[in-house]
Amino acid sequence: MANKINVLADKCVGCGLCANNCPFGAISMQERPDHPRKFKIAVIDANKCTFCGACIESCKTFKAIEMHKEEVKSGVDKSLYRGVWVYAEQRHGEISSVVYELLNQGSVLAKALQVPLSAVLIGSNITAKAQDLIDRGADKVYVYDDPVFIEFQDDPYSCILTSLIEKEKPEIILMGATNIGRSFASRVAAKIYTGLTADCTALDIDLETRNLLQTRPAFGGNIMATILTPRHRPQMATVRHKVFKEAKVEKGRKGEVIVNTVDASKIISRTKFLGFIKDASASVNISDADIIVSGGRGLGNPEGFKLIAELAELLGGAVGASRAAVDSNWIPYSHQVGQTGRTVAPKVYIACGISGQIQHMVGMSSSDTIIAINKDKECPMMQMATYSMEGDLYEIIPAIIKEIKKSRCAI
Amino acid sequence: MHILVCIKQVPGTTNVQIDPEKGTLKREGVEAVINPFDEYAIEEAVRLKERIGGTVTVITMGPPQAESALREAISRGADNAILVGDRAFAGADTWATSYALSSAIKTIKDFGVIICGKQATDGDTAQVGPSVAEMLDIPHIAYVKKIEEISETSMKVERMMEDGYDLIETPVPCLITVVKEINTPRVPSLRGKMAAKKAVITQLNAQTINADTTKTGLAGSPTQVKKIFTPPQRQGGEKFTGEPQDIAAELVKKLLSSGIIN
Repeated sequence: MANKINVLADKCVGCGLCANNCPFGAISMQERPDHPRKFKIAVIDANKCTFCGACIESCKTFKAIEMHKEEVKSGVDKSLYRGVWVYAEQRHGEISSVVYELLNQGSVLAKALQVPLSAVLIGSNITAKAQDLIDRGADKVYVYDDPVFIEFQDDPYSCILTSLIEKEKPEIILMGATNIGRSFASRVAAKIYTGLTADCTALDIDLETRNLLQTRPAFGGNIMATILTPRHRPQMATVRHKVFKEAKVEKGRKGEVIVNTVDASKIISRTKFLGFIKDASASVNISDADIIVSGGRGLGNPEGFKLIAELAELLGGAVGASRAAVDSNWIPYSHQVGQTGRTVAPKVYIACGISGQIQHMVGMSSSDTIIAINKDKECPMMQMATYSMEGDLYEIIPAIIKEIKKSRCAI
Repeated sequence: MHILVCIKQVPGTTNVQIDPEKGTLKREGVEAVINPFDEYAIEEAVRLKERIGGTVTVITMGPPQAESALREAISRGADNAILVGDRAFAGADTWATSYALSSAIKTIKDFGVIICGKQATDGDTAQVGPSVAEMLDIPHIAYVKKIEEISETSMKVERMMEDGYDLIETPVPCLITVVKEINTPRVPSLRGKMAAKKAVITQLNAQTINADTTKTGLAGSPTQVKKIFTPPQRQGGEKFTGEPQDIAAELVKKLLSSGIIN
């Protein structure tokens, strides 16, 4: 309760910089009849303020905002926690590719901290996969191989991971921001009372404190926040697919495999797995595609997606869509890119008739190359694209298809 | 069955633009709305009530302004609303938020199913639902796209996964988080709007939920924001204008020569 933040009336010039920079919309500029020359003053809404300090940063020139943050004593002895872990998520016996990406970044963090990198593998009939993890940089692999883990359920998985954390005390745990990872990482962090930071896009180490610097987009990606877990251990973070590059394979690399026995009587499992139904249309997994051709409201009708699909097929890519197109029932939701759809980061993103609403942009703006095709050259998508093509997409796309076919015939 | 729905009030970002100079959200005229994913949670709760009978209570942790989100939930068919608010909760991360919410839910003894949206659009973490379940020591299933069967003691749901869906059975009480495929939310009815106006919102605070204030708000949050910054804006690139045939040829040449496509 001792957190305090104040605007110093004598120093505030009413410029409004702080109000613009507040990510929580907690600062408003109010009239100031008491002062002969200054017309406005910043007022902070105590109910909305989270003491993030963004306003103080913005008010460097005037130093008109004062903050006092309460120091809290640590509950855990951080020196007992050592080592970097990657949760080796598997689904139907296959290791998810995000795991190899995490091993790559995990080894960077482990090197900086001078500790081993370990992987935790939970599943049924899975022990043979441990060497794959060692080949990708794990020094140690903890394995739990038991029929109780054949299908993912939150209870048994969080139960076993929590008990291993309590026993081995790692300082960092990285997990994929997948449906599985997000679901049971939350449960584990809640149980052991530690911080969990979702969807990190950069991970670094502060060597002095051994704190993990977790950077993630906030407010739909307009603002980035660097988050710490300063007083609790382990520091847990989830990372989306394709944020980091996959670790290289070093065949026959040496590492330690620790196969733990499972006392099934101690595993809680209140839910019951009844079956898995494969979704045929899930084969269009846009998160994995290197090239995505997306269509939006500018297509004008559902038929437009035939053209989009033709170009996508020619390029060996997948079909994406904006929310407007999905909401018009032109294409199923599984194709939707953006805040309420999938986040993608392909090598090439071709946006056809998509103006670039912020919710769409946050889902694709980290693509390597963005090509926009639109009649409106002023729209946000055309403004930010690597290549923007002004004109009617029904003329430009067929022309592009023709050109690509021509180039291939020439070879 | 007493069905609970946890909701959050978030800044409505539909049609919000980025200020090109500062690279920040233009906040003028941005109103606070119910987190879009929570609308599916409210709708599913109301449908469950229509299916098996009972009451729907919506609950949120937030500032006094969040009352408007609760009233809107009532206009969409919820019966009761609880606002969990206290200065001691300010600055809470997902852990401390889950702690306050679960402490408040513990004061409601008779709940059956708790429904949450899969995530909130401002934080995008998807962490509070599962964490609340853990703190209440009940099972949870995230990313539910359909409730196939439900009784007073158990339910059978479809859990959406990247490659299809899992069919899972869980005892009740339990918590589920729902995705947008689960339903199409109804618009508030006139009767609902009248009820929303008249509704008495139950107010709970740190003391009435028996919260340990070392575990609430900023002080109780394991994570702390170290700094907030604006990412470098993506700079626009080359503009192509002219006859479709010509610009298409130019683009394809460029993509081929730089190895972007082959």
